[in-house]
Amino acid sequence: MTTTALRTAARKESVSFGTRFRRAKPFTYLVALVFIAVCLAPVLYIVVGGFRTNSQITNAPSAWPNPWQFDNYLNVLVSSTFWQEVGNSAIAGLATTLGVVVLGVMVSYVLARYDFVGRGAMYALFAAGLMFPMTVAITPLYLLVKDLGLTNNLAGVILPQIAFGLPTTVIIMVPFLKAIPMEIEEAASIDGASRLGFFWRMVIPLSLPGVVTVGILAFIGSWNSYMLPLFILNDQSTFTLPLGVQAFSSQYSVDTAKVLAFTSLSMIPALIFFSLFERRIVGGLTGAVKG
Amino acid sequence: MSSSLDAKSEIDTQPSGDVQTVGGGAQRASSPAGARPKRKADRRKGLEIAILAGPAIIIFVGFVILPVIMAAYYGFFKWKGYGAPTDFVGINNYLIIFTDSAFHQALLHNGIIVVLSLVMQGPVAIILALLLNQKIRGRSIIRVLIFVPYVISEVIVGTGWSLMLQTSGAINDLLEHIGLGAFKANWLSDPKIAIWTLMIIISWKYIGFAVILFLAGLQSIPEELFEAAQIDGASYWQIQRRITLPLLGPTVRIWAFLSIIGSLQLFDLVYIIWGQYVASTAGTSTMATYMVANGRNSGNYGFGNAVAVVIFVISLVIALIYQRFVLRRDMAGAITEKEK
Repeated sequence: MTTTALRTAARKESVSFGTRFRRAKPFTYLVALVFIAVCLAPVLYIVVGGFRTNSQITNAPSAWPNPWQFDNYLNVLVSSTFWQEVGNSAIAGLATTLGVVVLGVMVSYVLARYDFVGRGAMYALFAAGLMFPMTVAITPLYLLVKDLGLTNNLAGVILPQIAFGLPTTVIIMVPFLKAIPMEIEEAASIDGASRLGFFWRMVIPLSLPGVVTVGILAFIGSWNSYMLPLFILNDQSTFTLPLGVQAFSSQYSVDTAKVLAFTSLSMIPALIFFSLFERRIVGGLTGAVKG
Repeated sequence: MSSSLDAKSEIDTQPSGDVQTVGGGAQRASSPAGARPKRKADRRKGLEIAILAGPAIIIFVGFVILPVIMAAYYGFFKWKGYGAPTDFVGINNYLIIFTDSAFHQALLHNGIIVVLSLVMQGPVAIILALLLNQKIRGRSIIRVLIFVPYVISEVIVGTGWSLMLQTSGAINDLLEHIGLGAFKANWLSDPKIAIWTLMIIISWKYIGFAVILFLAGLQSIPEELFEAAQIDGASYWQIQRRITLPLLGPTVRIWAFLSIIGSLQLFDLVYIIWGQYVASTAGTSTMATYMVANGRNSGNYGFGNAVAVVIFVISLVIALIYQRFVLRRDMAGAITEKEK
């Protein structure tokens, strides 16, 4: 007991004086600031550019708005096209998230807590999916979706996105589900709960942090996805925001300010989601990558 | 079976001992309640597995595995995508691909992107992670901010950067204003520069991910090692070089793997910024933009599928080689189920 206490004390001290956490010098702050500036400058260019007029942009491409214009943003915000695309993106994102979470947790539960022949192969099957982003499958995938009659239909985007979201989900969720103590399952079973009952009543609530990570990743992935909608959705009324941004920027290629306003409004939801759940996402991503 | 389980437990964050207990326990759990005969319990277990895993497997196989198999089949046909493919051309599509100088160009560009991504992002990201892994005010806000480029979509990145980089755009204007007018350039259309422009945009978008990954890797290194080294009189930089970097190895190797695979499949940014036709004249075309331009966009689905197969095989071979020789200790079994 005492030794443990001593050791903890010693560790605490070493954290405060340790090399890893040595106090940052001004140089470190300078580097951090420069790095952040580099990361944010192009984003700021888009956001601030939306507050300028086209003549301002043409005359002085790298200047601040003078005076600030709100018309571009207002025009985008009252356009029905923008909101329709926001709606389509939201539907695709939410449906993808729901599908990935429900199906992914179910299959991860099997992989984590059932003992059966072929479990390793099943895990390897999903893990292999991690290596292949949509690019290699997109051409036949488009043909498949066309054969199913789902082109120009959000379902044609949602189903493949669920499928491509499953590998990450499995990789993140399996360790989570494995970590649920066996005693809880035994207790539940003694109390007469079936394993499926245990799944719904205990597993889902206990694995909620993992579920949130997986869900946010799926949502942001779907919100930003470009290649799949590009192939599947050709009808303007089914466009998601990324397609909308591109269509808008070629349609109004001379109206740079409006394009910038449209672009910056379309990135807001992903940024909000990310900043709210940053810890979970980063933890989930690094966990998945480090395995 | 047991060997694959062993391999699997290695990639879990749980110590393997734990996993075994859990796995073994699952069997035990059913036996106290198991008044019913074993076979019935087995059947029930099989049914549960089918109900829980079935939907995911069907969707995954249907939309991920099946398309790859379909691509292999369609790749042997000259086919416009209507009706069943009938015009069997054997390996003709592949011969065209391998003799087409446009594809050679695209492959070369992919190779350049793979190497430059590693060289440009890796060292910088490691140094940034080492610097940021100190007691620093506002660590969490810094983590959020450097991740912003990674979170916003490729379309937004592409649209924003292409507007900034236009000949009469903000970058050239800025260079002029700070007295570097000599460095003004046609960033997007000059074939000598365009690939570097692309690399800068790629680095900007993805370096935050590398830094975050390395920071997480650094935080998992046990504190005791630093203490021991410090007691032995090692300096800060000695510790970083002899202890931190080697222990960060697994994270760096996995990052490099993800970066390589991503570079080989690069599509969105190039397609958005350069469009399908300009990419080849500006010298930024990739295998994926070649596939889309010569497959779907020109209605040659057989050919497009053949290109997809080529990209698939190239990625797979590189992934397997990398896994075999570099990642082996880090994630044995995750992808190939290789024994140790």
